[in-house]
Amino acid sequence: MIKVRDIEKTYESGSLKQTVLKNVNLEINEGEFLAIMGPSGAGKSTLLYQLGLLDHPTNGEIIIDGINTEKLSHDERTNFRLHKLGFVFQDYALLPELTATENVSITLFMQGVPRTQSDEMSAEALTSVGLGSRLHHLPSQLSGGEQQRVSIARAIAHNPKILFADEPTANLDSERSLEIMNIFLKLNKAGQTIIMVTHEPEFAQFTQRTVNLRDGSIVSDIKNATR
Amino acid sequence: MQKSGYTPTKTGSSFLVGFFLASRNIRRGNPWTNVLIVFIMVFTFLNLVVVSGILVGLVEGVSQSIGDHFMGDIIISNLKQREYIEQSGFVIGIISAQSDVLGYTPRYISGGTIEPELKKLRKPSELPEKVSALFAGINPEQENAVASLSDLLVEGSYLEPDDYDQVMVGALLLKEYAGFESEAFPVLSDVSVGSKIRITVNGNVRDVVVKGILRSKVDEIDRRVFFVDSQLRGLIGRFDYNVDEIAIRLKEDADPVKVKEAILAGGAGEYAKVQTLQDAEPKFVKDIKNTFAILGAIISSIGLVVASITIFIVIFINAITRRKFIGILKGIGVHSKAIEFAYIIQSMFYALMGTVIGSALVFLVLKPYIDVHPINFPFSDGILVATPEGTLVRIGILFLATLLAGYIPARMVVKQNTLDAILGR
Repeated sequence: MIKVRDIEKTYESGSLKQTVLKNVNLEINEGEFLAIMGPSGAGKSTLLYQLGLLDHPTNGEIIIDGINTEKLSHDERTNFRLHKLGFVFQDYALLPELTATENVSITLFMQGVPRTQSDEMSAEALTSVGLGSRLHHLPSQLSGGEQQRVSIARAIAHNPKILFADEPTANLDSERSLEIMNIFLKLNKAGQTIIMVTHEPEFAQFTQRTVNLRDGSIVSDIKNATR
Repeated sequence: MQKSGYTPTKTGSSFLVGFFLASRNIRRGNPWTNVLIVFIMVFTFLNLVVVSGILVGLVEGVSQSIGDHFMGDIIISNLKQREYIEQSGFVIGIISAQSDVLGYTPRYISGGTIEPELKKLRKPSELPEKVSALFAGINPEQENAVASLSDLLVEGSYLEPDDYDQVMVGALLLKEYAGFESEAFPVLSDVSVGSKIRITVNGNVRDVVVKGILRSKVDEIDRRVFFVDSQLRGLIGRFDYNVDEIAIRLKEDADPVKVKEAILAGGAGEYAKVQTLQDAEPKFVKDIKNTFAILGAIISSIGLVVASITIFIVIFINAITRRKFIGILKGIGVHSKAIEFAYIIQSMFYALMGTVIGSALVFLVLKPYIDVHPINFPFSDGILVATPEGTLVRIGILFLATLLAGYIPARMVVKQNTLDAILGR
C-alpha cells in the first residue's frame, strides 16, 4: 500500500544543512498497524509528515496506493489528503469555534457531502469513539481525552485509506491513553491501516509492527509477537 | 502507475466550507471584536456618505435657498439690450396657461440709494450715509406664495397689499445685521423697524418707514428694499405694467425643463429670457459645488484607506493568531480557497453590517433631521445630499475595499507552508 524508496530529508538554513532522514526504505501493507519509535530527534515525526504528504522529501519517492505522490501538484496533494488520509495530532488540533460534530463534518463538507448526511456520518464516527452524548459540545467543554477522541473521529469519518497519528497520547494520562489505544486497536481490527509515532514502548505493543529510527535511519523493523 | 481516482474539490464546496467556517467564527468568536469591527465599518460608511454629502449639501443649500426665496423653479428676466420684459402681460398669460405652474410673482426692479433720516446727522457738515440698493416692487401675496419672503423676517412685519411708504429692508444693507462695514459695501447704522429712511429712485425722493427687516443667506434678497408693486411702479414711471423679472413656482413633481420649453414654445422667448433654476445658477456656485464634491471624495477616500488598513490589520492579526488552525485545516485537506473564502465572507459580513446600520442612520435619522433642521453655516443652510444612486456607488467601493482588505491577509497566511503553520515554526 505504501512504498517508501530512498527518501532523504535535509533542512537548510543559510549555509547550515541538517539531514534528518537518510535513505529510508519502507513498505507498509494495507490493514497494518505500524508504530514508529525512536529517541527525540531520530526523525520519527519527520518521516510521518513525509508519509502523510504534509511535507516533501528532499530525495526519494513515496508511492501510496500505486500513485507516486511526489508527482502530484499542491492542490492534488491537498485533495489526496482529503480523500485518502486521516490525521490525529498530538495536541488534538480541533477548531475551537466548532462543536464536536462540526469539527468532524468539516472534511466531509469539503468532499461535497450534503449537510444532513455529513451530520449523520459525524455522529456515527463520534459514537464509535464513545462520544455519542457530546456531539454538540465545543472543544473547550471537553476533557483532553475527549478532545483526542473527537480528533480521531474527524480522522476516520471519511473512511480514509490510512490513518496517521503523531504521538496521540503524549498529552494524556495513562488511563485516557489506554482508552485512545483501544480505539486504535478496534479500528485496526476493522481493517484500518494505522501509522503511529510514539515514544512509549507499552503502546507500541498494541501495534503489529515497530520501526525504530535513530539519527534519521531505520535501525530495526520488528513484527510484534503479541499481535 | 494508476490515476489517483479521487474527486477533485469543486469551488462550490470551497465556498460552502468557507461560509460554514466564517459563520461559526462570527457567531462563536469574541463578540467585542465583532462589535469593534462593525463600529469601524459604520463610521467608515458615514465618512464616505455623510462627509461628502454635507460638503456638497453646504453649497446645495445655497442653491436651494436661491430657489426657495428668490428664483423659484423658473426665473424669467429681460432680454439683453432690453430694460425690462416687454409684453409682460403676454408672457404672464403664457405662464398662467401652464398646468404645472403653482404660482408666479412678477417684480419691478430698479436701482437707487437709501440713507437715514437727515435729522440723525451728528454735525451739520457731516455727509449722510448713502447706500446703493436694488428696489423691488412686489405683490406681497403672490411673492409670499412663490418665495416665502415672510419666513425671512427677523424683525417687524410683512408688507400688506395696501401699504404705502412702507418697505422691507434686506439685512445686508444694515450695519446691525451685516456685521461689517467697508468702502465697497456701505451699510446704514441705527436703522431698525419703525425708522424712517430716505430713498432715491429714478430721481424721485421719498421718506419711507421700515416695516420689516429680511435676512436670508441669499445676497440678492439681503441687498434689496421691497416695496408694494403699485408704489414702486409709480416711482419708476413704469405705467405700461411691464415687469423686470418673474419667478415661477411649479407643482412638486413638475419638470422645470419641460415647463420652460412650453413657455418658450408659447412665444415668451421673443420678449424675455427663460431659465430654470439650474440654468440660472451662477457659474461660481457650480464651480464651488464641484470643488466641494472633489474635497468630499478626497476626505472619503482617506477614510476608506484608513478603514481598509484597519480591516486588513484585524483580519491579518486574526489569521496570524489562527495560523496553526489554518495549517491544520490545510493538513486535513481543506482547500486554500475555502479558507480564503472564509475570511472574505467574514469581511463582507462586517461591510454589510456597517452598510446596513450606516444606511439606517443616514436615511432614517440624519437626513430627515437635517432636512428639517438644516446646518447653520455662515453662508448657507447646509443640507445632507445623499442620493440612493450615489450611496450605492459608495457601498460598492466600500465592499470592494473590504474584500481586498480581507482577502490579501488571508492569502498571505494561507500561502505559508502547511507543516510550518501546524508546528508553529
